[in-house]
Amino acid sequence: MVREVAESCVDTMLMEMVAMYSGRFYANKPELAARRIEAIGYQVGHQLSERFVPVYLIIVFSRYTMERPRFSDHLEAIKFICKDFWSEVFKKQIDNLKTNHRGTFVLQDNKFRWLSRVSIDPSSEKETEDPSTPGESKAAQAVSMYLYFPCGIIRGVLSNLGIPCAVSADISSLPTCSFVIRVKA
Amino acid sequence: MAPVGPRSGDAIFSSIDRVNAELFTLTYGAIVRQLLTDLEEVEEVNKQLDQMGYNIGIRLIDEFLAKSGVSRCVDFRETAEMIAKVGFKMFLGVTASVSSWDADGTCCSIILEDNPLVDFVELPDTCQGLYYCNVLSGVIRGALEMVSMKTEVTWTRDVLRGDDAYELQVKLLKQVAEEYPYKDDE
Repeated sequence: MVREVAESCVDTMLMEMVAMYSGRFYANKPELAARRIEAIGYQVGHQLSERFVPVYLIIVFSRYTMERPRFSDHLEAIKFICKDFWSEVFKKQIDNLKTNHRGTFVLQDNKFRWLSRVSIDPSSEKETEDPSTPGESKAAQAVSMYLYFPCGIIRGVLSNLGIPCAVSADISSLPTCSFVIRVKA
Repeated sequence: MAPVGPRSGDAIFSSIDRVNAELFTLTYGAIVRQLLTDLEEVEEVNKQLDQMGYNIGIRLIDEFLAKSGVSRCVDFRETAEMIAKVGFKMFLGVTASVSSWDADGTCCSIILEDNPLVDFVELPDTCQGLYYCNVLSGVIRGALEMVSMKTEVTWTRDVLRGDDAYELQVKLLKQVAEEYPYKDDE
């Protein structure tokens, strides 16, 4: 049987991890905080992929360790993230996948689970007491800090499959969240 | 509907949103690992994990009170039982036991046989002095402080350090008067 824990354990742990790095350790150096949070995500993605990646993908990619993988192979790996991996971690699949066929993939989640909880952060409670604009931008900053974690996870999974890439998140239309993956040539 | 009174940890755990524990365990592991890299001093890592736990505890207590239907414990003994039987179960899916009470009922041990935080964990020799699960002691301390109990929580046994179980000593320092002042993170 698969072991489970309450979702709130993961949610609160992530919030505190982000608060620790972006609030306590690197309050004035957001780039450093972001890099650390991404690194933690990367580590998690790397290890999770060793547990979840199906054998067929491992075979596909082991054939190409010496040569450059083809686009179709990248697509297989991305599809794995959109379906199996996302279901395992977020209990739903990615809603929309787009690609320019030149190494850029956009994965759109119309209701990204981790963002639905992040809005009940205490920093937003403070805003209700002080509804000034700096609070709002601070909240937006906190959310983007938080997203370095899933970006790191995606990069960790793909890199474990031998696909070096850069991953960023776009939240211009919340609660939709898009992850942009740029595979390095 | 009439209030239902305290619910069992099992009942709550089966009714709340749950996730695959691997995500939880690996994320915690990655955080500890990153802290060890960033902070160098193991003592400081222990401190940060405890602080992280404290902050988590002051949030989780609300969920605990809301979902468990527990109202007020008559004494610290009942409080400790609630943590072990309901708290651990509803959040981590494991049960703990309470033992080693002192004469005046203000100090006891909470023993965990099964601990999802440490699945797949092995500590290298360089991590001596690390209390890997220190987040848990922080959670208990933070949660109890929100219900007016100031406590000191320390590890007395740790499987990762070669013991046969995980044992936390919880000591009630004082019962703070009601109306705890609003406290910002610190």
